Amino acid sequence: MMPMIRRAIAVFLLAMLQASPASAELTVQILRGMAETVPIAIVPFGWEPDGAATWDVAATVQADLERSGRFRALPRSQMIEFPHQADAVDATDWRMLKVDYVVVGRLVPLPDGRFELRYELIQVATGERLLGTALPADQGALLPASHRVADAIYERILGVRGAFATRIAYVAVAGPSTARSYRLIVADADGANERVVFNSPEPIMSPAWSQDGRSIAYVSFHSGLPAIYVQTLKTGEQVRVSARSGINSAPAWSPDGGQLAVALSRRDGNVDIYLLSLATQELRRLTDDPSIDTEPAWSPDGRSLFFTSDRSGAPQVYQVGLGSDDRPRRITFEGSYNARPRVSPDGRELAVVTLDRGSYRIAAVNLAQGSMRILSNGSLDESPCFAPNGADIIYATREGGRGVLALVSIDGRIQQRLAASAGEVREPAWSPFLY
Amino acid sequence: MRWMPILVIAAGSLMLAGCPKKPTTVPEAPPESAVPQQGGASGAGSDSQVGQGRELPDAGAAASATSPPAGVATVIYFDFDRSEIRPEYASVISAHAKHMAAFGAARVRLEGHTDERGSREYNIALGERRAQAVRRALMLQGAGDGQLTTVSYGEERPAAEGSDESAYEKNRRVEIVYGH
Repeated sequence: MMPMIRRAIAVFLLAMLQASPASAELTVQILRGMAETVPIAIVPFGWEPDGAATWDVAATVQADLERSGRFRALPRSQMIEFPHQADAVDATDWRMLKVDYVVVGRLVPLPDGRFELRYELIQVATGERLLGTALPADQGALLPASHRVADAIYERILGVRGAFATRIAYVAVAGPSTARSYRLIVADADGANERVVFNSPEPIMSPAWSQDGRSIAYVSFHSGLPAIYVQTLKTGEQVRVSARSGINSAPAWSPDGGQLAVALSRRDGNVDIYLLSLATQELRRLTDDPSIDTEPAWSPDGRSLFFTSDRSGAPQVYQVGLGSDDRPRRITFEGSYNARPRVSPDGRELAVVTLDRGSYRIAAVNLAQGSMRILSNGSLDESPCFAPNGADIIYATREGGRGVLALVSIDGRIQQRLAASAGEVREPAWSPFLY
Repeated sequence: MRWMPILVIAAGSLMLAGCPKKPTTVPEAPPESAVPQQGGASGAGSDSQVGQGRELPDAGAAASATSPPAGVATVIYFDFDRSEIRPEYASVISAHAKHMAAFGAARVRLEGHTDERGSREYNIALGERRAQAVRRALMLQGAGDGQLTTVSYGEERPAAEGSDESAYEKNRRVEIVYGH
């Protein structure tokens, strides 16, 4: 019975929904970096037989590290030598150029047509070789492979896994209010390689990644009423998973990928949190309160959910376990408005939207101490989401009345903007690690 | 003119039901008895020839079912983060409820909206709660449950652009849309 229903509600729009290139590329602008950035030299990679490489690995690695706001790269014009292997690195020369680390490498064609990125990281002070890796990649995968080189260097130096080889999903809106176009877009973490996942003249909202990074759940009004869809990125297959009476809102994927937490109002109009099994369509009500309960976010262990409720009279964040006897517990107490929680990958912090002296801003809540720190300085900031390494939070803000995306490090010291060349962008969702 | 839709429906149902059976002949003209004839039955002077009266469909009523009562506002505005209907809208609610009770064919969609402040998903919930508040108020005054549907757009479809209170107060609203 259930598989029948599932088949009946599955909409296959394969050809139509195949991801297609988008026109409005995001550009990244660093507003403020760390006062103490790590000086590093990324030497242009060599090409194994001879001469210059056909793909500039070093340029991508350098752009990634600089964009993170945590590194300061030595311009190529100031390099006095271009070694491709650690044993050719003269530490004295690089010490003179005041860099702490040097990255060298080669791009080597393999007999099977693929390539190998062979790279090494050297600490200048000690001459120690901190990394030496050979990473094979197809010709078409040299860009993501280069991001992975940056990931490894970032991790070796800062002790935190890099998130350059990840992706972000967001909603782009263009056109006048009478003829809007909404597009759900997936791009690389640096804004490149935009692909339209779904587009509609009606609102698209709340993109959420599955833990395996292969699918996105979102809300679309394209049928005239809101419904929750799950779309597989590779094939474009779109399945409608909830089109119940009332609102179908705020999907959040469970860590095991089997369930969506959603906010539904159903016939009685009371907005509560439900768990929807994707395999069986079985629905379990998790909260039952006459107030608004919405914006569920899973704890990383999958045992509890954080959500927004105005049961105290104004929106605040609560946590509830999944057991049938579990009662919601209030988490935020500072201020009159705290909403839209997202949990850090280590489970220790929440990112929320908070009302801070008349402005809606992004704040981090330390769950052990209950303390809150404001991380953004806009007036209508919203939709925060942690990077999978927990180092940064991406969110939506306004610039000159236009919706743009912004990035802030969890200590608040690094700030960036990601603006589209045209139209507005909003509701960013950062993918999990993809390898 | 008034017969036309009936004939079309009759022909349509015959076609739907008809494949295995031989279709009965569709009359080319309305049956004679249905056509008023000057000096016909009325001239006979016998009561037994007058059948039971039936209600004539009112073309005006059909129009009323798909449009709001004349001169009554179709937008209810709300306070920030609130979904209670302000007392000033009591007469508006009452006029719509009476109109819907009078025209059972009326179908109304209540579209809930919010201003842009705060988070988008919370605003979807808030818009739903506003639409539900209007739905309950209309039902309390005689509108039927089956006449009403709700949809919340949250902050996605502002009536006024801009990030100031004059735009916000126009955007915190429920639109009462007839014909759905």
